[in-house]
Parts: sequence; C-alpha cells; structure tokens
Amino acid sequence: MRIELKRAIYAENDELAREINEGLCARGIFTVNVLGSPGSGKTSLIARLAERLGKDSPIAVIEGDVASDIDTRALRALGIDAYQIETGGDCHLNAPMIRAVLGRMSVPDGAWLFIENIGNLVCPAEFVIGEDIKVVVASVAEGSDKPHKYPAAFARSAACALSKIDLKDAVGFDEAFFRAGLSSVAPGAELFPLNGRTGEGVDAFVAWLRGVRESLRRSAQRLSRS
Amino acid sequence: MHEASASEAIVKMAQAEADARSVADGRDYRVTRVDLVVGESTGYMRESLEFYVAASARGTRVEGAALDIRYIKPRLKCPSCGLEFERKKFSFECPSCGTAGVMTGAGREFYIDSIEVDEAAER
Repeated sequence: MRIELKRAIYAENDELAREINEGLCARGIFTVNVLGSPGSGKTSLIARLAERLGKDSPIAVIEGDVASDIDTRALRALGIDAYQIETGGDCHLNAPMIRAVLGRMSVPDGAWLFIENIGNLVCPAEFVIGEDIKVVVASVAEGSDKPHKYPAAFARSAACALSKIDLKDAVGFDEAFFRAGLSSVAPGAELFPLNGRTGEGVDAFVAWLRGVRESLRRSAQRLSRS
Repeated sequence: MHEASASEAIVKMAQAEADARSVADGRDYRVTRVDLVVGESTGYMRESLEFYVAASARGTRVEGAALDIRYIKPRLKCPSCGLEFERKKFSFECPSCGTAGVMTGAGREFYIDSIEVDEAAER
C-alpha cells in the first residue's frame, strides 16, 4: 500500500523553530543566526556588534560549539550575557537545542539575540532555529571561492560579513571572484568587508542590521493591523 | 554527520506513519519502500543517505525498506537574458549568453514523497 506523505524531512524542527520565533518576536526580540567556518571570526564580530548595539538595546548571545565554552567565557569577560550549547558532536544547532537553552536564560524584551552556530558551512544552512535572519561570516583567509563551494550557507543568508579584511593582500584574496560567487548564489545578500578585531567596517554592518530589524518590525505591525 | 541526522529524521517519519496506519487498520505494517525527493543543492549524497537510513532503520518498522531517491537539479535564471536553465556541474554560466546565473528555488527540495507499507510476515 502506497501512502503519499509529501512531508519535509525537517517539518518537526521547522514547526518548533516557527514557534520559537513567534515567541521571541512577541517580546520584541530580534534574532540573528550567525553561520561561518571555524575561525572565520564569528565570535569577534558578535563582540564588536554587542559593543555598538548594546548602547541602546540589551544583548544576549547563544554560543554553539561541539565542545568547550571558550567563546562564552570570552564574551562574558566583555560583560556580554552569553550562554553555551555544547553539542558533543552534532555539526549544527537545531530548534530543540535553542528551545532548551532559552529555558535556562532570560533574554530581556527588545533584545538583540545573536546565535553563533557551529563552525561549519554545510549543515547549519539546512536548519531554521527560530531566527529572523541568518548572516554568514567568511574570512578572506578561507579563500575567494567559498560562495561557489558552499552555496547553501550563502544563499540562506541575508548578508555576508567578509572578515579579516586587513589580511586581503597577504592571502591574495580575489574580491571580484568572491562577489561574483555571492551574487550568483545569493543575489539579494549584502556584503560587508570588515575587521572584527579593530572594528573597521563594522558600523556599516550595524546600520544594515538596524535597518533590517526596523523594516521587519514595520511589516509585522502592518500585518497585525490588517 | 550531515546525512546522519537527516536519515534519522527520515526513518522516524516513516516509522511514525507506519505506526499510525497499523493502529488505524488494526494491522502490523512494515515499510517496504521510501520515496525521497532531494534537491541537489542541499548536498545530501545518495551513498550516505542509503548507508545511514539502513543503519538507523535497524530494529524499526523501516528495517530493510528500499530507498528510492529522486534528485532534482538546481535551476538558475540568467540575470541578463532571462533564460532559466539547469545548473551544470561546477558551473553557474548561462548556456546562451555566458552570464553567471542566479539560483532559483528549484534544487532545495528535501522531503518524503511517499512510502509503501506491507503487512509484516508472520514471526
């Protein structure tokens, strides 16, 4: 007997992610799922974003790693409210993990919530975890072919932070080739060359994040009025 | 790892459906076949899916089920001449004018189309 299912493999995860996102949105929390390779500079960028965005809104961070709480401790040392998920082997975060960690942290209303995914350009792209947007961090040291080689991670992201831009010449980074790849796989994605250590270029990324949050807030208001 | 968690989800979904049908019909069904649709840009490889689905199906109603995977080619649209075309391996180029094409939704599928169940043999 044949039974037609037509059901997405991750239907359960997607449904839970939608519930998480609705719960966060209802409290005015804006959630960013940060993807990127190991060592691309995700944590440094989050620290720079927190310094800037934290001036007018609360910040909360969820750190995902296979092992260790090094990043969480580094962020806490900067006074940032950070919580660790240690997956013990899983190569991506999923919605049940986020629900569990949200249960043991208190994210203030109106906060920016950054979720640093596991360093990996493959699996994290396939999972929604309750975020409003995904962004991907790629460092020039990884090479200019990354959008071509890992299209899904870039295609699902609303913006790409091109980090360690100060190393561009040292590693022979071909920015035109990178941009061509990015515009093929993610035509709408913005590109922000920046340096997560010095903060160079981070202000433009911050302005973009604020703009996206504001426009999503407005369209949600329009929806709730209609 | 990529295919492992996906395969567990596939087995879980097929098992849940067979459970529900078994209860509804008062029978003991096992899953004989799973028809899967996979967009190529999801990056799920046939060999790995087959391996992990078989492994996670052990001891469930899905054990021994045939896995039929239909792959969907990613489609690109050319921003300059508007041609929609199937993505060739290793290339984004429009076959008509050579401009780099832009990804469309096709190629991102990942779902169970259908399953086949049969009454379990007498044990």
